[in-house]
Amino acid sequence: MSSESIAEYEVAYAKPKAFYERYERKEELQHATHYCPGCGHGTVHKMLARAIDDLGIKDRTILVGPVGCSVFTYYYFDVGNVQAAHGRASAVATAMKRSHPGSVVVSYQGDGDLSAIGSAEILHAANRGENITVIFVNNAVYSMTGGQAAPTTLIGQKTTTTPDGRNPLNEGYPLRVSELLATLEAPVYIERVGLGDNKQVAHADRAIRRAMENQVRGLGFSLIEVLSPCPTIWKMKPVDAQRWVREEMEKTFPLGVYRDRTKDATPRPMPKTAPALEALPGILGIDGDEDLAEDAVCATDAAIDLRVRVAGFGGQGVLLLGEVLAEAGLDAGLEVSWLPSYGPEMRSGTSNCHVRLAHEPIDSPLVTAPNVLIAMNEPSLRKFDANVQPGGWVIYNGEEFPPDCARQDVHVLARPFTQIADALGDARAANMVMLGALLEMTPGLPQASIDAALRRLVKNPKWVELDECALTRGRELAREVLQEVLQEV
Amino acid sequence: MRKQLMKGNEAIVRSAILAGCRAFYGYPITPASEITEAAALYLPQVGGVFLQAESEVAAINMLYGASSAGVRCMTASSGPGISLMQEGISYMAGAELPCVIADITRGGPGLGNIASEQGDYHQVVKGGGNGNYRTLVLAPNSAQEMADLTAWAFDLADRYRNPVVVLADGFVGQMMEPVAFPRSAVAPRLPGWAVAGTQESRGNLITSLHMEANALEAHVRKLETKYREAERNETRSEAWCTEDAEIVLVGYGIVGRILKAVTAEARAEGLRVGVLRPITLYPFPTAQFERLARRARVFVVVEMSNGQLLEDVKLALNGARPVEFLNRMGGNVPSHDEVFAFVRELAARMGLETAAAEEQMAHV
Amino acid sequence: MNAERQDRGLLRVNEEECKGCGLCVEACPPKAIAMGERMNHYGYRTAMYKGSGCTACGICFLVCPEPGAITVLRTVKRMVAALQTETGVAACASN
Repeated sequence: MSSESIAEYEVAYAKPKAFYERYERKEELQHATHYCPGCGHGTVHKMLARAIDDLGIKDRTILVGPVGCSVFTYYYFDVGNVQAAHGRASAVATAMKRSHPGSVVVSYQGDGDLSAIGSAEILHAANRGENITVIFVNNAVYSMTGGQAAPTTLIGQKTTTTPDGRNPLNEGYPLRVSELLATLEAPVYIERVGLGDNKQVAHADRAIRRAMENQVRGLGFSLIEVLSPCPTIWKMKPVDAQRWVREEMEKTFPLGVYRDRTKDATPRPMPKTAPALEALPGILGIDGDEDLAEDAVCATDAAIDLRVRVAGFGGQGVLLLGEVLAEAGLDAGLEVSWLPSYGPEMRSGTSNCHVRLAHEPIDSPLVTAPNVLIAMNEPSLRKFDANVQPGGWVIYNGEEFPPDCARQDVHVLARPFTQIADALGDARAANMVMLGALLEMTPGLPQASIDAALRRLVKNPKWVELDECALTRGRELAREVLQEVLQEV
Repeated sequence: MRKQLMKGNEAIVRSAILAGCRAFYGYPITPASEITEAAALYLPQVGGVFLQAESEVAAINMLYGASSAGVRCMTASSGPGISLMQEGISYMAGAELPCVIADITRGGPGLGNIASEQGDYHQVVKGGGNGNYRTLVLAPNSAQEMADLTAWAFDLADRYRNPVVVLADGFVGQMMEPVAFPRSAVAPRLPGWAVAGTQESRGNLITSLHMEANALEAHVRKLETKYREAERNETRSEAWCTEDAEIVLVGYGIVGRILKAVTAEARAEGLRVGVLRPITLYPFPTAQFERLARRARVFVVVEMSNGQLLEDVKLALNGARPVEFLNRMGGNVPSHDEVFAFVRELAARMGLETAAAEEQMAHV
Repeated sequence: MNAERQDRGLLRVNEEECKGCGLCVEACPPKAIAMGERMNHYGYRTAMYKGSGCTACGICFLVCPEPGAITVLRTVKRMVAALQTETGVAACASN
């Protein structure tokens, strides 16, 4: 260049602004990366940083870093940074994006991270079409841990855990993530690019930019798989490693676009605006219209200490019976508890529940010694009859009380409640006939509370009507027996 | 507000939303599924996020993301699922991320069964994940406490920037009791440390990684400082008839309720029995044990697990008083009768006079 | 002065950042980059611009794994001896 020539220059390519000026989170060597000479990560970082610059999204970008050589992405990127557990970056990214839909979330993952331990997380993030960008750096090996085999290790490739080379009979075949994810409906853009030569590098740069742009446009899930050199673990000079990407990796992992619905995709809808805080109790169904004070006066003076066990087959309305009773007790200002049969027996077709109503706070909600047992079938009677408190009641759904269950110290009301309910209109109302009997035997609960409970729990007006009839019928049946009991006394 | 009859599991979700929770990531499991189902119903209606994850591992890592983003978030599971979440719980404690985890326990080990047990004590209270961390653990014993402690759990999680577990047995989750909720809802607020995709939060970093030995040691010491602070300020327990108690029954969750019923009857017979129910399992209410040990002759730990609470009670008492032990497992509940028989036998063995007998003696 | 002889670009290597991987040497289409003889203080031989031939294509910048090791400047086709403009920097094209 001649001495008198003075030219004016403009910067054509320089360190992107999405990188920190100086890497202050590094302990030392704060002006250079921790990557080995010729490592593909630095190149991919640069492409990502350029895309962030180009799209003007530095403030909005959240970078989720993986475990692996790129664990320290937060050293370099001047964006919001979150470091995730091994393999979980796409799960973390999913929630970050959903938390802040206006942000631009990048899940940056290596092949061990994404295709092995994180294979479930990436599959499902892709399948949900999360509006995130995944940068998947594939170098066919676990590098940071010293060169063990990855799902992407090539057939015959020697690693520290495949010392004789990958054998498909032992380790299976290289996992082609891009092809696999492209079978899913949701992803918008999936492309495999390489860092094997200039042309590939230039193309990779454009692909990463597109993947970022897709997210900014709200289109959905984009993943760029980058075949990337690891000269150190591959034990090659950087230039040879680059050639190996081109000449060896590419044979197993063909470059190309595996999914591109960018043109047809419509932006995912933004979430609806949140309701006002004042509306929450209404939405949660806890804005009860009746505004009872904490210490509401109890609507009944009768001494009530009901310990009820209700048992029967699933479908007989065992739990509902108990619930109506508990709800009525609550309405009357009593302390109540309701505990469903719970555990393995829930799955074997039988059902039972514990209900307590009392004036005092209820210590244990478990009713081991009931003062009323409602047995809706014989097996339930046999299971719980022996535990009924002396002086208590057994209300049994059956023509005849099994003689071997008879006890001298408890009262029994045995009737074919199912048939009685059937006569009223529906056999399924047997539970309410039996509840009616119980209510008659243990006076004190105001009828208004029972009506209110029924209306709260039974939504169908036809059923409310039937259940009211059933309750009345139950009371009648109980009165007959009560007469007998009184006469005995 | 009128009290409403509802399951403990349903109370948790309503309380969480009122406390500002706007994200739930979960995976179904008996007996915690009602929580996940209620979250699926309500969170989208309040402008929150509900997502059923592909696994508990994914779910807890989604919480890691949501919490990193500054959103009050929670999940719910049971023993086997909590085991899978331990990875993320450790990461969240390490990265100082708040979240609330409801563990509605079931029988174990392994698949165990779906009945109510308390065998998750160790993995939750002692921390099942790797490294030097603790989770704060709250143990409700009623539907109302499910609501109250869940709300408190969100405050604690934020205050200490640490996962908080609401540890309830299947009974407490499944049973319905009247529940009252606060009249006003907490407005979601973005913490300053969150990574929110904004200019203000751009410099923030969430990580549990501290490569340099001194850096990691300093970090862990900082966590320890928080745990000591929680131990000073946040222990809670319920003492019941303990003022003159010679036999102190100890149990949490549903067991605490059974112990109250036993105490009522034992007192009727003149036995000086009381109940100490830990509400915070970590931090453990050690001071309460020390206080009661001054008067009590013996402590009886009753649990639905293999001596897991027992270890902490022994540590708290540090040999000051003998500790007796009664447990049931596999879904069996220590029944009222069996605990009462144990107490009677113990009183006789230790020669503890009933109050009535003593009075008689005094008259003689 | 002959405008046609003026190179279209110019590159600078930050010797403190360069790790001497040589990918830029391989990548440069006009072969305008070489490995230097000097070592930087980490012991890496660093890349150097040969002094002429740069077309400002930028491929060396893209293949380079270090964020700021290479800066590529494009010659503005105006022979004005301005020192600084708002969008670009003026530099003297010498080694």
